[in-house]
Amino acid sequence: MATTKEISIGDTGARASEGEGELSGETMMINVGPSHPTTHGVLRLKMELDGDIIKKCEPVIGYLHRGAEKIAENMTYNQFVPYTDRLDYIAPLSNNVAYAMAVEKLANLEVPERCQAIRVLCCELARVSSHLLGVGVYGMDAGAWTVFMYTFTEREKLYTLFEELTGARFTTSYTRIGGVARDIPEGWLGRVLDFCKGVLPVLDQVDKLLTRNRIFMDRTVGIGTISKEDALAYGITGPNLRACGIDHDLRKDKPYLGYEKYDFDVPIGTTGDCYDRYLMRAEEIRQSVAIIRQCIDQFPEGSYYAEDAKKIFAPQKAKVLTSMEELIQNFMITTEGPQIPAGEVYFEAENPKGVLGFFINSRGGGVPNRLKIRGPSFCNLSILDKLIPGHYLTDITVILGSLDFVMGECDR
Amino acid sequence: MTNSDLALIKERFETLTERESSDHVALNCPVDVFVELCTALRDEFGYDMLVDVTALDNDVQSPRFTGIYHFLSISKHEYLRVAVDCANDIEPTLPTLAGLYASANWHERETYDMMGIRYEGHPDMKRILMWDDYPYHPLRKDFPLAGIEVPLPADDVAEVTGASVLPAPMMGGPFVSSADGPMSQTEPSAHDESWNEKKIKPCGN
Repeated sequence: MATTKEISIGDTGARASEGEGELSGETMMINVGPSHPTTHGVLRLKMELDGDIIKKCEPVIGYLHRGAEKIAENMTYNQFVPYTDRLDYIAPLSNNVAYAMAVEKLANLEVPERCQAIRVLCCELARVSSHLLGVGVYGMDAGAWTVFMYTFTEREKLYTLFEELTGARFTTSYTRIGGVARDIPEGWLGRVLDFCKGVLPVLDQVDKLLTRNRIFMDRTVGIGTISKEDALAYGITGPNLRACGIDHDLRKDKPYLGYEKYDFDVPIGTTGDCYDRYLMRAEEIRQSVAIIRQCIDQFPEGSYYAEDAKKIFAPQKAKVLTSMEELIQNFMITTEGPQIPAGEVYFEAENPKGVLGFFINSRGGGVPNRLKIRGPSFCNLSILDKLIPGHYLTDITVILGSLDFVMGECDR
Repeated sequence: MTNSDLALIKERFETLTERESSDHVALNCPVDVFVELCTALRDEFGYDMLVDVTALDNDVQSPRFTGIYHFLSISKHEYLRVAVDCANDIEPTLPTLAGLYASANWHERETYDMMGIRYEGHPDMKRILMWDDYPYHPLRKDFPLAGIEVPLPADDVAEVTGASVLPAPMMGGPFVSSADGPMSQTEPSAHDESWNEKKIKPCGN
């Protein structure tokens, strides 16, 4: 025979208020990462919680430190190009370009127009690739899975283009000091235009899914607000800086690679919260597409490397096999490295994540005496101990996602 | 930096000298006026961002360590490099800029970690990339590229396994070919016995 048992739940609200006195005043330590999906890599946060509210946050970094700067001191300039892929591994092409330009600045070397145009394409495609992931994953961080599927499909097409151009999908290592590894393949520009045509409707879809989405806005508007003063003091750069309302984009302010020839807008935010940072990235993709189209429209003919830089850029293979002078030149560049004069140079490029800087101290020859990499994510993350306290634990995901950092260039 | 600004700064800080540079304006600054100079740069000359802090190890020369700072003026779009020599070659120190620019906090921790320069007055002078009780400063010129064997940072794991942090294999590692012998024998692919010129590479059906 079945028996019935009666359970009384009572008034839960009353019970909770009874125990209130016992709960307050005590804080709890909580540890997020280093291996946690929220941290997009290996970032660790040590936090002190009062209930659901974060009182203190200490970021711990260094889990991906590989000693890139030490390695750079022990190899020739060209050999270091593959290591730059592993800084911001979401947009390796733009790192390649930034590094090559820093060394060329030290050598006082101008690359031909065609090479510059190829590099602009590389940078902007890398920006689209990085922001597509940034926006897609951000949707996922805030609980909207669908967006990621849309943007990642587009990103896959980009990888096919990168593979065609460089031979590799992720680790492109495309630039050389004084040029790029090879010219663009036949018909590639047309396929880039096709991609541009396809990505804009997807952005509209993303817009419809996220920009006025009630849940997304509730989670991001007014969360993680960075003031202008803080942004400057902490050295925040890139879309994160512009979201705070500061008009600073090196492509406009200190044009390199002939960016002054292109007509594009730099989106500027108003409040500097998570929502603004999302808007910056979404708009920057559109502007990058505009730059890519203009660039392809007026794509210059000519050489893809600096032909007169005999001691810097290795000669063409066909000539190496037939001409004595080129053979010697090739041998010297391969064994000794490109010959760069002594001096000091600091070059910054506007990368998708922020400003990537290279400081090079050279005593002449093929190997730098000191190479310092200024990773934008390193600076962008240094504000965490000020930014996070006062927020709820659930906001961590949203704030970290909105900063769009990569641990590869933070830890180097 | 405009010429008038530069003249103004040099007039006020007489001990400043111009530093050789391939790009931006660069200044050599003695340690004693460094913080004063940076305060003036931030408050009067509009250098509102400290973009990078690093240091040079001059190896056998003295002074051995030189702190390198890069400032940026957002309004004027100008960079400025300031170099400061550390007086002490054995235990180098520099004054901290963490009170002026918040970004200096992490940058100086990194320079301390990598170069071993202590920043006096820094609120949290500890390592940032390496673990806390790591004994060396890897970017110094006398530190070998491969690294030096040190105890494992996790005591409980080390106790059970007896493992330690080993230097990287520079010669004789699985992907490094040794210098002696013909390449057909020393190249890493020679160790792969699954296929070679005499034995055809096995392929799937």
